[in-house]
Amino acid sequence: MIQLANVNKRFGTASTVITAVDGVNLTIEEGKIYGIIGYSGAGKSTLIRLLNGLEQPTDGSVEVNGRKISSIGGKELRQARQKISMIFQHFNLLWSRTVKENITFPLEIAGVKKAERERKATELIELVGLAGRENAYPSQLSGGQKQRVGIARALANDPEVLLCDEATSALDPETTDAILDLLTSINERLGLTIVLITHEMHVIRKICHEVAVMEAGRVVETGDVLQLFQSPKEQITKRFVSQVTEPEDAKKVMSLMRQDYPEGTLVKLAFVGERTEQPVLASLIREYPVDVSILQGNISQTRGGAYGTMILQITGEPEATANAIQYLHEQGVQTEVFEK
Amino acid sequence: MIETYLPNVDWAKMWDATVETLYMTAVSTLFTFIIGLALGILLFLTGPGHIWANKIVNILTGSIVNIFRSIPFIILIILLIPFTKFLIGTIRGPEAAMPALIIGAAPFYARMVLIALQEIDKGVLEAARSMGAKTSTIIFKVLLPESMPALISGITVTAIALVGYTAMAGIIGAGGLGTLAFLDGFQRSREDVTLVATILILIVVFVLQFAGDFAVKKLDKR
Repeated sequence: MIQLANVNKRFGTASTVITAVDGVNLTIEEGKIYGIIGYSGAGKSTLIRLLNGLEQPTDGSVEVNGRKISSIGGKELRQARQKISMIFQHFNLLWSRTVKENITFPLEIAGVKKAERERKATELIELVGLAGRENAYPSQLSGGQKQRVGIARALANDPEVLLCDEATSALDPETTDAILDLLTSINERLGLTIVLITHEMHVIRKICHEVAVMEAGRVVETGDVLQLFQSPKEQITKRFVSQVTEPEDAKKVMSLMRQDYPEGTLVKLAFVGERTEQPVLASLIREYPVDVSILQGNISQTRGGAYGTMILQITGEPEATANAIQYLHEQGVQTEVFEK
Repeated sequence: MIETYLPNVDWAKMWDATVETLYMTAVSTLFTFIIGLALGILLFLTGPGHIWANKIVNILTGSIVNIFRSIPFIILIILLIPFTKFLIGTIRGPEAAMPALIIGAAPFYARMVLIALQEIDKGVLEAARSMGAKTSTIIFKVLLPESMPALISGITVTAIALVGYTAMAGIIGAGGLGTLAFLDGFQRSREDVTLVATILILIVVFVLQFAGDFAVKKLDKR
């Protein structure tokens, strides 16, 4: 569906050149929700703008649904853009137009007849849950409602791809979840390919099938979301994964626990996917002469399965404890032992 | 009663002068709006980072606007006498005042248009481009409606300035309340004529300001 080959984007004059996107190769399959995560300045905003030609690559090729965005221009590019919609962090609605008029705007651009525009707008207002607010102006709406208008507007021309530029970064956590649910249901109902950029791992975890991690213009790691959670390779990926799996003060919590539970061995377990549903702990307790207390647990749901961490206190003979930890290893559970 | 206090005021003449002032103001405001808008949009779109980004055109347009904005109006009228004569065929009367009024006010308004357009959220323009909008669609469906309150308050200020300019143009015989106040009032020492002409000009200005403010308030949905 989307193919980027050796894409570079450099900004600036002869004296100072900034490489925003550096040798990126990406393939995004149809119907997937694809996340691109990176800190600000990583080049993800530029990357997503290459997909609808708002930026043109310095070299390399960008292909979306068979159209070579990087080499078309003028009318051809404008028509391609009608099928590659975009939603924005700050919504970018026209304040001078009502909800309905904002949604019909892309239809006006596409030259759709008035009756059809009205029909489509009404249907979309219903879809994004804004019935009754069609004649309100953007200034009368909350952030979440504005983004719903943004989404409805983006869907007006029945796009093949939806690009989300930090679409939830300006929203509070609850509204973020509601918008993410809406995006998921659109993806499932309409089979729309969604590409989103974010700096929040929470967003990736909640709705993405696949993810690319960006750092300094490069894509440093890609893969299935669950797999990435399971075995992040790059340092930056580990940092993003820890955003959602560990509370920020994990280290501090561990040393406090050490004080509270001076006995035994403290072990951190990481479960991935199906493992979380199997009774690993139950069999551990049954088969080894050790006592196990659960000090802390945390399970996160991703699109591909669950990812969880758990901190256990294992007390018993040193040998039995070692065997028990060995058993966990064999069961495919990642373990980390905290030294005394 | 009125005759005792304002013995020299010829009301028919006063009315004719008012109509002339209104006529000059209305026509010159209309042309100023169109020309200023075109110049302002050109300045905006040829600016760095915009759709028609073009340094040469931008600097050239900017310079012309700045030069004509800087020439004092009373001097501009004199400078434009040959041009007016060529265009209108005479240098007297309300029509003859128009080239100078428009050329004096349009660059002034173009600057205001530029400022109004620069106030528009860049993201909205990006959104329009991302939907595949043509430049004409961006101008007429995004730039103009999104900056309309600022454009209207700008044209209100400009129209009021134009009322002042018509009075100044009165000195070279353009007609209207300015001519009346200068020739019949000041030069013949009939203070009552000057006073009434001034009051009428003030009424015109207040009405314009009120109408402008009302329109802005109605249009602004932010």
